[in-house]
Amino acid sequence: MSAAEGSEGRKRLSRREFLGLGVAGTGLLLLGGCGGGEGGGSGTLNALFMKQAAYSDTDVKNMTEQFQKQNPDIKVNLTFVAYEALHDKIVAAAPAGTYDTVLVDVIWPAEFASKKMIVDITDRFPESERSKIFAGGLKTTEYDGHYYGVPWILDTKYFFYNKKMLGEAGVNAPDTWDGVVEAARALKSKGIVEYPLVWSWAQAEALICDYTTLLGAYGGQFFDESGKPAFNSGGGLQALEFMRMTLDERLSNPASMESIEDEVRRIVSQGEAAMALNWTYMFDLANDPNESQVAGQIDIAHTPKGPAGAPGVNGSMGMAIANGSQNQDPAWKYIKFMTSQKIQNQYAKLSLPIWKSSYDQKEVVQALPQVVPVAKEQLNDMILRPVVPQYNEVSHTLQVEIQQALTGDKSPKQALDDAAKAVAETRQS
Amino acid sequence: MSQRRAEKLKNLPRAIVPKGGAFRQGPTALILLLPSLVVVFGIVLYPLLRTLYTSMFDVNSAFPGSYPFVGLGNYLEALERTEFWAAILRTAYFTLSTTLLEVVLGILLGLLLNVEFRGRWLLRSIVILPWALPTVVNGAMWRWILNPAYGALNALLTQLHIIPEYRSWLGTPWMALNMVVVADVWKMTPLAAFFILAALQTIPRDLYEAAWVDGAGRVRTFFSITLPLLTPTIVIILVLRTMEAFKVFDIIYVMTRGGPADGTQTIAYYTYVEAFSNQLFGYGAALAYVIALFILFFAIIYMRLLRRGEVEY
Amino acid sequence: MVVIYTSAVLASVVILAPFAWLIISSVAAPADLLVKPLHWIPAHASLSRYADIFFGANTETVVTFRAALLNSTIVATCSVLISLGVGIFGAYAFARLQFRFQRGILLLFLSTYMLPPIAILISLYLTMVQLRLLDTKLGLVLVYCSFITPFVLWIMSGYFRSIPRDLEDAARIDGCSRIGALFRVVLPLARPGLLATALFGFLLAWDEFLYALVFTSSLSSKTIPVAIAEFTGRHAVDFGMMATGGVLASLPPLLIAFVFQRYIVGGLASGAVKG
Repeated sequence: MSAAEGSEGRKRLSRREFLGLGVAGTGLLLLGGCGGGEGGGSGTLNALFMKQAAYSDTDVKNMTEQFQKQNPDIKVNLTFVAYEALHDKIVAAAPAGTYDTVLVDVIWPAEFASKKMIVDITDRFPESERSKIFAGGLKTTEYDGHYYGVPWILDTKYFFYNKKMLGEAGVNAPDTWDGVVEAARALKSKGIVEYPLVWSWAQAEALICDYTTLLGAYGGQFFDESGKPAFNSGGGLQALEFMRMTLDERLSNPASMESIEDEVRRIVSQGEAAMALNWTYMFDLANDPNESQVAGQIDIAHTPKGPAGAPGVNGSMGMAIANGSQNQDPAWKYIKFMTSQKIQNQYAKLSLPIWKSSYDQKEVVQALPQVVPVAKEQLNDMILRPVVPQYNEVSHTLQVEIQQALTGDKSPKQALDDAAKAVAETRQS
Repeated sequence: MSQRRAEKLKNLPRAIVPKGGAFRQGPTALILLLPSLVVVFGIVLYPLLRTLYTSMFDVNSAFPGSYPFVGLGNYLEALERTEFWAAILRTAYFTLSTTLLEVVLGILLGLLLNVEFRGRWLLRSIVILPWALPTVVNGAMWRWILNPAYGALNALLTQLHIIPEYRSWLGTPWMALNMVVVADVWKMTPLAAFFILAALQTIPRDLYEAAWVDGAGRVRTFFSITLPLLTPTIVIILVLRTMEAFKVFDIIYVMTRGGPADGTQTIAYYTYVEAFSNQLFGYGAALAYVIALFILFFAIIYMRLLRRGEVEY
Repeated sequence: MVVIYTSAVLASVVILAPFAWLIISSVAAPADLLVKPLHWIPAHASLSRYADIFFGANTETVVTFRAALLNSTIVATCSVLISLGVGIFGAYAFARLQFRFQRGILLLFLSTYMLPPIAILISLYLTMVQLRLLDTKLGLVLVYCSFITPFVLWIMSGYFRSIPRDLEDAARIDGCSRIGALFRVVLPLARPGLLATALFGFLLAWDEFLYALVFTSSLSSKTIPVAIAEFTGRHAVDFGMMATGGVLASLPPLLIAFVFQRYIVGGLASGAVKG
């Protein structure tokens, strides 16, 4: 495939996409229309995904089968791994080019792009399309002004509460963090639930997600304009002090230190917590009588406000093309298909679409009627974790120090100061 | 064997039973060993050397490329980092506590299995169980048992009124490390017990009878006869378990992922994190060889002790 | 005597309790596992999870499990057979022959245990890619043989040494070659050692996690430890299913261990214990 043919192909693609996307509601399939003869359209793809409750393996397989039917000359082999193993799998596979498309978490493009592990697809991904996607979602795969993938799963941590319990305590659903503490105290003193709050504070990325939500609410920053750590003062410090306070007052379940999202879901579903932060997926499961003792009692809301606002932590994921891939054109077709509005709308019940217009479409609204109105607001108001190539190391340092502050081994200030020092060193190396 | 056969053996021609001749049997030995050499080093040798080579560069991605040469820089950096020493300390604690517990409990269990009693075969079958359980299952099982909200340990202790309410077992660094020790000891003690049992069965009865005749009590017999004779075996167990403990990774991965607050981050886990999570492959390679050096150190001690043990025999 | 029996019972309880709980968890209904205070006998026990795995609906979990069980069985069995097949000859050399650097070479083999798997992981990964062995059972088998074989050499050489030479020599007087004597005389006598070593090797291979985690991706080679570890994934922690998986993953090694356990002591006695 010559370069000229390729770029011409891309030009044709974007015009058709523009038309296709312009149709509100269920638009026609973009790629199906492109047909054969469009440079590099065939091959076998190896796609790496993660096991999750949002799109299950079966869902992804179904989507892929639809794609293969539309593109009979492209075959896709799917691999699913646990989230914890996903990053390391991508790293191990990079030099070998084992995968053509990989699922990347919002925190990885900085690392992967700077090490040239994923492909810059800015040219394939024109502004005309980008403008139709939630701005916060776009940030998922952006690094240094370029785009390295297409957002696929848009997610943030919402605020969940048990309206029955709150009703028993005579409090309204709080919309500020102070309000949350008040409500928790009321619930505890009235004996309705022993630990009203439960969090994902295990030594894992989930901890940083929770911390980031609070840091944003208190107006903190991870790094200042000159790139120096700034989380050990101001909002960043207040966030950690808040977390510690809720543990000291025994408003937060001590099991939080070992819990990540699914444990939180379980504890809420058992009626052993009244309020928690979690991803979209919890709403359905916590209200499912087969999975939950408190089905029907759990409501979802925007994250509570702090002095500086109420941003939700951006926990989205995107699909990227691995740099070692020999099939980048078919890989791009696959990505465009999986992220297309039609597919996203079809599976909206499991994970809300990245396309802004979808949120006004009946199909989507009916899929998750209680969540969509909240999501529309929240997805426009998200905060990112630090976009730096050494993010994993930074996150690890923060996780360890924050946990030490939460177990009482260090004061919050001391912990964050130590973290700042270590992070500054990491960033210099 | 008949008398005639025995005599024939004595008069065997030299060719069939060559004496010494270090060179004469070399080629045969080589042929016999070649398959093993191929199987063991064939696939593994190049990566082994490659990693050693990598450890001398400042590598920050998995891709091959030109990275700055730092010689022993990575090794020196490891020695300077507090996390490294913290990990070594934790590994040392883990190693010491697990091997100590496994040896002591293994001896007790071995002694028990050595006694002839009805149903001994049943006990022996039961003892095998933890050892045969895959490590990953073991880790997941203990994680479930130690669950702070629903775990069986919490249930048991509260029902027996030993603790007032459910508590977290893997939620603080120190406790988590000790729980990993418990999980490892539960699984590996049977192995130590079987080693000890095997050794016990090679101790000649006459020694015990002589001691009994001399009026020695059971405890005395144990300490002056059994224990010294068990020493070589104990040393073997110590070395084997030390090697494994220094490499311990799987159970950490499944039970605690190194947390909380890095409390269970052993040196092997630290190496994994640096290499894969932070993509510092040069540093990771150096760490791996440092682990090997530690193990080599222990292996040499083992050989010295064993040689001394043989002399005492 | 009372002391003996009490100790035996105590030991049995301590050893069995955790695993018993795992079994109970696997048959308990989800709600039973989350209730407080916990009832040790679940109110609604059923073998439905097992039925699902063996006969039932093809959900991803179930399909993965079946494939992983099969893969682990094939990989472990082949690794052991190859390692034994190769190691017997080398062990014989160490036991019966004298040659230069004998001790050194054995130590060289054993020194491979000193290096943690993480050390060679990436380089080995690249080698596997070049040889097209990634995500294949054969690739895993070759890697596993590389660490089971030294073990075979160590244990079996000790075991062979403990077999009196006279029997072999008698056979060779009768015209047998060395190899013939090995097969006809030594090996049959070494059965306990062989079985003990086979057991050890099988458990080593079945248990292996890190290489399997990195080298396998699809169901064509994914082994049980990887499948189990995936159960504690980001969103889907099902305690009952995890317990079921754990029980099933343990059955093959447990069965083999039970069958061969009487050889362990014998194998160890002559092999490892004497050094």
